[in-house]
Amino acid sequence: MLEVKGLHKRYGDLVAVEEVSFTARPGEMVGLLGPNGAGKTTSVSMIAGLLKPDRGEVLIEGGLVRSETDDVKRRIGLVPQDIALHDELSARENLALFGALYSLRGKPLAAAMDAAFDVAGLTDRAQDKVATFSGGMKRRLNLAAALLHAPAILLLDEPTVGVDPQSRNQIFSNLEELKRQGKTLVYTTHYMEEAERLCDRIIIIDHGKVIANDSLAAVRRMVPSVNILEIGVENPGRDGWMGGLRTVAGVVAVEWDGAALSVTVKHLLEDSPAVLMWLHAHDYRCTHIASQRADLETVFLTLTGRSVRNA
Amino acid sequence: MSYTAFQALVKRDLRLFFQDRRAVTMSFVAPIVIGSFFGYLFGGVNNDREMSKIKVASVDQDGSAISKRVVASLTTDKTLDVSARGLDEARELVRGGKITVAAVIPKGFGDEAARALFRGTNKPQIELLYDPSHGPELQMVRGMLMQHVMEAVSGEAFSGTGARRYLDESRKEVARATGMSESDRKSLSKMLDSIGDWNQRPTAATAGASTGATAGVFSMPYEVKEEAVTARKGVAYNSMAHSFAGMCVQFILFMGIDAGMVVLQQRRTGLWKRLQASPTSRWTMVGSRAASAAIVAMIIMLVVFGFARVVFGVKIEGSYAGFLGVCLAFALMTATFGLLVSVLGKTPEATRGIAILVTLILVMLGGSWVPAFLFPQWLQQASFAVPTRWAVDGLDGLVWRGWGMQEALAPIGALLMFAAVFGAIAAWRFRWES
Repeated sequence: MLEVKGLHKRYGDLVAVEEVSFTARPGEMVGLLGPNGAGKTTSVSMIAGLLKPDRGEVLIEGGLVRSETDDVKRRIGLVPQDIALHDELSARENLALFGALYSLRGKPLAAAMDAAFDVAGLTDRAQDKVATFSGGMKRRLNLAAALLHAPAILLLDEPTVGVDPQSRNQIFSNLEELKRQGKTLVYTTHYMEEAERLCDRIIIIDHGKVIANDSLAAVRRMVPSVNILEIGVENPGRDGWMGGLRTVAGVVAVEWDGAALSVTVKHLLEDSPAVLMWLHAHDYRCTHIASQRADLETVFLTLTGRSVRNA
Repeated sequence: MSYTAFQALVKRDLRLFFQDRRAVTMSFVAPIVIGSFFGYLFGGVNNDREMSKIKVASVDQDGSAISKRVVASLTTDKTLDVSARGLDEARELVRGGKITVAAVIPKGFGDEAARALFRGTNKPQIELLYDPSHGPELQMVRGMLMQHVMEAVSGEAFSGTGARRYLDESRKEVARATGMSESDRKSLSKMLDSIGDWNQRPTAATAGASTGATAGVFSMPYEVKEEAVTARKGVAYNSMAHSFAGMCVQFILFMGIDAGMVVLQQRRTGLWKRLQASPTSRWTMVGSRAASAAIVAMIIMLVVFGFARVVFGVKIEGSYAGFLGVCLAFALMTATFGLLVSVLGKTPEATRGIAILVTLILVMLGGSWVPAFLFPQWLQQASFAVPTRWAVDGLDGLVWRGWGMQEALAPIGALLMFAAVFGAIAAWRFRWES
């Protein structure tokens, strides 16, 4: 289990991380979400022992990292945001080096490397130089390198940046398997759809502060307008119809994009019938009706007032 | 310190170094090529290479027997390439760098020089027009000219065709001279008469007594026997030995800088984070880096001196153990110097230029480019404060001066001391965090 307590980091006048606290349990994947510069990487760096916090502490399965060579560090696997591999060496030479950093040698090292190559789907490319790999293959090897010493906690700092869809799906499958194996995973990203697919719990960070920390469902419920009705209308456009719809009880917002009507309601089940009845009463013919939940992007927008990708 | 991690990091550094063609070229090929070039310039193998002649123009405006004799004598000098020119042409050739020195013998030089030999006054001038970028050659030409002029003037004054005239004029000068004591006047007159009598001998007798061109002529009163003192008698100096030592030191230091740059570059990458996240101590990190750089430095020295041995016959005339000791001590010094660069530098871009400048100064003060004896006295003493001086002196001493192990202890000790100081500062200033 990973316990992060009141982490604080300041660079001059800039507060990079302010009182960040959370817990990640075995078999749980926690997503640290936020735009670039929000403090995600700084937080992960402090958790991994790369940066010394000004305040706060990190407990790795109950233990503090007290020195450079503390055994507690063996329980953490770090997947850095940059590709942390030597291009000039073969994939096997890279893994042999990283395994040796954790005192792996001989048969245990060979077995760990074989397993890591299997996870990354790179067994047949093990002897090739990393320079010949595609971006996606490098990302998979980057992940594999962090698994060699079988850490209990895996810190993944934006592990899918610049990855093709095929490699991304493979990485997702790997992470889901690791979660099933009982590993604790902390996943930083600014791709909301990744967090929605993978994470059990979401921590949203902005300007170094945690502004949300809950399960995915609970975080979604933090947004007032959680439901949007999409309605295809065959005969739109009579004067005042948008204004009329807005008067319907429970309707928060109405938009028309020329093909479909988006009606945001407070409560899907309670408020949708009134919207449909109003359209029927005013002779609008509906071609289809669909509903969608607010996504994390909407949550972030609502909580911070800005889009995560434009922040 | 984890031995497994240490070994893996050293192995990685060596693999990366030997896969880097640029690094290998700079470290192995460059010292061999440049060392060979400088060695050739400074004498080559056994110093048996013919030195290039100094180009001299003779401008004989006098045309006297003496001036002709001077020019002829200069022309036979093996170190000079003499050609006769007019004054304007000679000046233009010197200005254009085609001729190094032009010796202008003015009209009336012969008569005035012969008279000045006896009187010591009214000396004629020989004008030397010289290329200012060839100062040392000017000094050489001046010395040679003095020798040839003395021989020509004295020969002509005492035994040449005008000898009687010069003696008669001198006798009259002595008779007219005021303020001279009577006894001095008699002695000088007697000496001039004796020279005249000697010149009046029968030609055959003169030929019989005169063996060689210098009969009756002032000539150099000594001959020089030279011996290059090397490791022992019979061992010729091979200038490749010094040039290879100097270039080896220079390019190994460059390799040390590169080793430091690699650390600075790694700091910017995820590799550094991965290292830092692992239970790897700073001692493992710093020590492995130093060890790999020292191994590379040792390999470079052995390969470069091996090449010098096979191709140019540069032998280790001194203690082999001492030679290996100096190589090892210098390798460690270089490795710690690289570490120092890596911990004191902020970014590779900002550090590289300064590090190269510092290295070039170290190399220059160490005597890698020009021997330290050419430095002013104070600088010769001051240069012992830089490690390269100890390295170059140590390698010179063991390769061709024939130093024993005991003499090698001083450079070994000095280099190890520098390595210890650099290493201690590097470990003290090492920070995982950027």
